[in-house]
Amino acid sequence: MPSPLLELRDVSLSFGRVHVLKGVSFDVFPGEIVALVGDNGAGKSSLIKVVTGVHRRTGGEITFRGRPIAVTSVRESREMGIETVYQERALADQQELWRNVFVGRELTTVAGFLDIPRQKEETRRLLREYMGFTSEAIDIDTEVKSLSGGEKQGVAIARALYFNAELIILDEPTSGLAVSEQRKVLSFIRGIRDKGKTAIFIDHNIFHVHDVADRFVILDKGRVAAQFAKHEITRDELIDMMVELHNKGAIVQ
Amino acid sequence: MMASDHPIRRFLSRNRAPVLVTCLWAALYLVYIIGAPQVFLSPGIYAALMGTLAFSGILAIGATYVVTLGEIDLSFPSIMGLSAWVFAHSYATLGSFPLSLVFCLGVGFTLGLLNGLAITKVGVPSIVLTIGTMFLWRGLVHVLVQGQSIVLSQLDGTVWNALLVGRVAGYVPAQFIWFLALAVALGLVYRYHRFGSHVLFTGDDATSARMVGIDTDLVKIKCFVLIGVLAAVAGLLSLAFNQSFFPSHGDSMLLPTLAAVFIGGTSVFGGKGTMWGTFMGVLIMGSLETGIVALGLTGFWYQFIAGLTIVASVILYALLLRKVN
Repeated sequence: MPSPLLELRDVSLSFGRVHVLKGVSFDVFPGEIVALVGDNGAGKSSLIKVVTGVHRRTGGEITFRGRPIAVTSVRESREMGIETVYQERALADQQELWRNVFVGRELTTVAGFLDIPRQKEETRRLLREYMGFTSEAIDIDTEVKSLSGGEKQGVAIARALYFNAELIILDEPTSGLAVSEQRKVLSFIRGIRDKGKTAIFIDHNIFHVHDVADRFVILDKGRVAAQFAKHEITRDELIDMMVELHNKGAIVQ
Repeated sequence: MMASDHPIRRFLSRNRAPVLVTCLWAALYLVYIIGAPQVFLSPGIYAALMGTLAFSGILAIGATYVVTLGEIDLSFPSIMGLSAWVFAHSYATLGSFPLSLVFCLGVGFTLGLLNGLAITKVGVPSIVLTIGTMFLWRGLVHVLVQGQSIVLSQLDGTVWNALLVGRVAGYVPAQFIWFLALAVALGLVYRYHRFGSHVLFTGDDATSARMVGIDTDLVKIKCFVLIGVLAAVAGLLSLAFNQSFFPSHGDSMLLPTLAAVFIGGTSVFGGKGTMWGTFMGVLIMGSLETGIVALGLTGFWYQFIAGLTIVASVILYALLLRKVN
């Protein structure tokens, strides 16, 4: 067994008296796709935000590539090699593709002025190498709102790979997309594994989750309720388990 | 997603707003020339126009940044007034131009910074806050000057005066050169600099901008500081131009300046705009009053025709956007 890429030990997060995460522990190994599943309010998005530095954890330890991390900003987590692709927020709609790819990590010439020819050239390379698009097929000068939802998620994933992210976190990457677009996104996610990189992935759709992920971590009310490798559980068993957790929660409430 | 076939068609489809406003400008000046050739075929009128539209133009550069953020600043005329008073008072009492200049720009910087901090760190919506600061700083001017104006005739004939509002080559007003230089420099920053890019992303989608590590609060604060400093520059230039300070200094600048930005195609929703569009908007707004009078209409028509121009252009942009989406 290789050593884990990301280790969470007893991670907790509270907002005042509201305890969102209550001691979450699990590992993510290099080259695998881990799905975080759980009902609304289970703490999936909060957990991701702790790992990426949006929220500051209130307790526990996180190590990344064997080093303890105290991520306090998104920029910091990006520099460490953790990249997040948020649903609907992957790219800024009215800006050109070549701006979107390099935003926050601009290639510049002097005094902060953009090296636009290089940004455009590298954008074309990224589309070719990470998404399989020919350079003629995509106009990188148009606003990204002309791209489909699946393509936007694809560009965001390609951007993460381009910048050598070791761990790519996807927050509901298929939500709100047409079925054909969801398919595209799932194939981009498989592409992450093909490039030898690691992904954590949140999705409500158990069909997608079971299809793409290697392992499932089931969260319930801020705790890890169970973990399974793909061969340990069928899709129907996973769905039954989710329903059961949901019903239990409904009775308690 | 597919690349368009023809380069000219591609250019037009990507630059709808700036192309549209340029056509509007050309049509308007054509009407002037045809309707009042005796006025608009003589070079004197252009020198006069350049001399007067520069002040609102400099403000419009800053307003373009703020509007691109999806924010608004209504307080810049009052910042212009207060910083101009600080210059006038300091120059009249101390007699030092450089010192007065530093005070003047310092006031613009500080008041812009206060706007920016209250909007980002306290969370007051910019339209609400700047209504407040608009009254506040104008009110402070009135309290300080008690209705008195300050005459700055001692500025006349100095090299400073020539530098600010003299005539270059005996024809082009220096304040227009300042406007042009600032528009070019800040237009390049807007489109080709990292900072301009961050302004566009912050205005487009602040949440996603933060997700890629942009400090959106800092970007906003910088833009409010920018318009504050530009208001001080415009205040100083118009002060030198008029050679006297009135308590209402800058008051009339608010609506023509914002109108120029909107005519220029900068989106009130943020994330989209061009400095070229703003420049054209300034040339349009700054010529209407003169043009209308030269065409033989009375000055009473000014507001009506200005209103017509603004409404027509913003409706066109809205229709264009709908078509694209």
